[in-house]
Amino acid sequence: MNKLNGKTALVTGASRGIGRAIALALAQGGAQVLVHYNSNEKEADAVVAEIRKDGGKAQKVGADLRKPDGAHTLAKQVRAIVGDRLDILVANAGISKSATIEDTTVEDFDNLFAVNARAPFFLVQQLLPALCKGSNIIFTSSLAARASVGTLYAYAATKGAVDTLVTHFAAALGPRGIRVNAVAPGVVETEMSNFTKTEAGREVTLGMQALKRMAQPDDIAPVVAFLASDDARWVTGESIHVDGGSKL
Amino acid sequence: MNNPVVLITGGLTGIGRAAAVAFARKGAKVVVAGRRDEVGKALVKELRSLGSEAEFINADVRKEDDVRAMVDKTVARFGRLDVAVNNAATEGDRGLITDQTPESFAATFETNVLGVVLSMKHEVRAMQAQGSGSIINISSTYGHEGAAGASLYVGAKHAVEGITKSVALEVAKSGIRVNAVAPGPTDTGMLTRFTETAENKAVLMRQVPLGRLGLSEEVADGIVFIGSDEARFITGHVLNVDGGHSAN
Repeated sequence: MNKLNGKTALVTGASRGIGRAIALALAQGGAQVLVHYNSNEKEADAVVAEIRKDGGKAQKVGADLRKPDGAHTLAKQVRAIVGDRLDILVANAGISKSATIEDTTVEDFDNLFAVNARAPFFLVQQLLPALCKGSNIIFTSSLAARASVGTLYAYAATKGAVDTLVTHFAAALGPRGIRVNAVAPGVVETEMSNFTKTEAGREVTLGMQALKRMAQPDDIAPVVAFLASDDARWVTGESIHVDGGSKL
Repeated sequence: MNNPVVLITGGLTGIGRAAAVAFARKGAKVVVAGRRDEVGKALVKELRSLGSEAEFINADVRKEDDVRAMVDKTVARFGRLDVAVNNAATEGDRGLITDQTPESFAATFETNVLGVVLSMKHEVRAMQAQGSGSIINISSTYGHEGAAGASLYVGAKHAVEGITKSVALEVAKSGIRVNAVAPGPTDTGMLTRFTETAENKAVLMRQVPLGRLGLSEEVADGIVFIGSDEARFITGHVLNVDGGHSAN
């Protein structure tokens, strides 16, 4: 515990689901957490309140990452708070939409790539001046990046882009002492996942997992906390599959 | 999991030794297995000085009687087996494929593959009886990439990763997780023997984005994580702890 004392962290998409659990876990480790939200301000307030209740430091930052300058706007707010040192950047915010190949619209495709791939890229770019030797970046990827699950083609492609960024950013930023990794969850019981809402979806999920239970956000967060800590100081370029052994 | 019982093969030197020390510092009861009594006894003394109830067991992982006794003695001494680290390995003979012989093949595969198979066979037996456990096989970045002049070692480590995933699928229902940790070039006696010259070692180092060789202690921290409850939803995964070597 307290492995993250004195560290500053930004978690995007932290008002609910996996991002919320990550924000709480990093705060529990001792980090000061910036809780990013887009539309769920009240839920972000609740996350901040929960962290403060336990004696942690947190504040909310709002930004719409679908906008072309969303990452730039968010980075400016973050720099205003943390100054010239951000230790942990968790680019977790994501949107999902299930659609067949035929039904996928250009608008959906662009929105998915805007939030899931473009925003993480430019968030790293804009925050790079504050990322120092020992800082690290963690993306939220997905099982969908490497295996066909559901009708998530455009979404899956955005997560494939994320895994590619992990590889290239890790190689590019390694010489500066900055680590870049991802967690790749499978199906997790959150509002975003359609799989968890029907009996059939749950059956498919348990059918492809070695471990026969549904994942909770709290199963993902400790892995991010590990990657964020110095225990993972020799881990970079890695996408950790936190999916109960799916599609092995 | 407080004070888990941890068994480490090849536990006397390098990464195995570092893992033993790391687990001991976390309060684990540590059994180190190896083939040199004097070295084993000295290490046990050191582990006990860290507060661990440590034991040494003389075992050659190529011999099933040794492996069976190693696991049985561990369970007899501590009542259970929570974490097993199958680390015993040999660098084998470097050389081109045209230089290899049935003997050189056997020398590499008996320790690196048969040793892991026999170890898992008996560890799983003990873990199934208690309905829980975590197995970590030590692979290498050479477990998923090629290297000229190292075909046997590379082949053996590829085998370890395939076996890891298969056994993960077999034993998940018993509450047992099976993962691999894949170190990149790590500053150990094995690497010095393997690279033969300082120039060869420097070539490997230049392939690491973080710009140096890894330390056994850094790999050990990855092993401790993947063996712990924090990694409870990870199974069948190969965790690279390699300074970004695989991403380069």
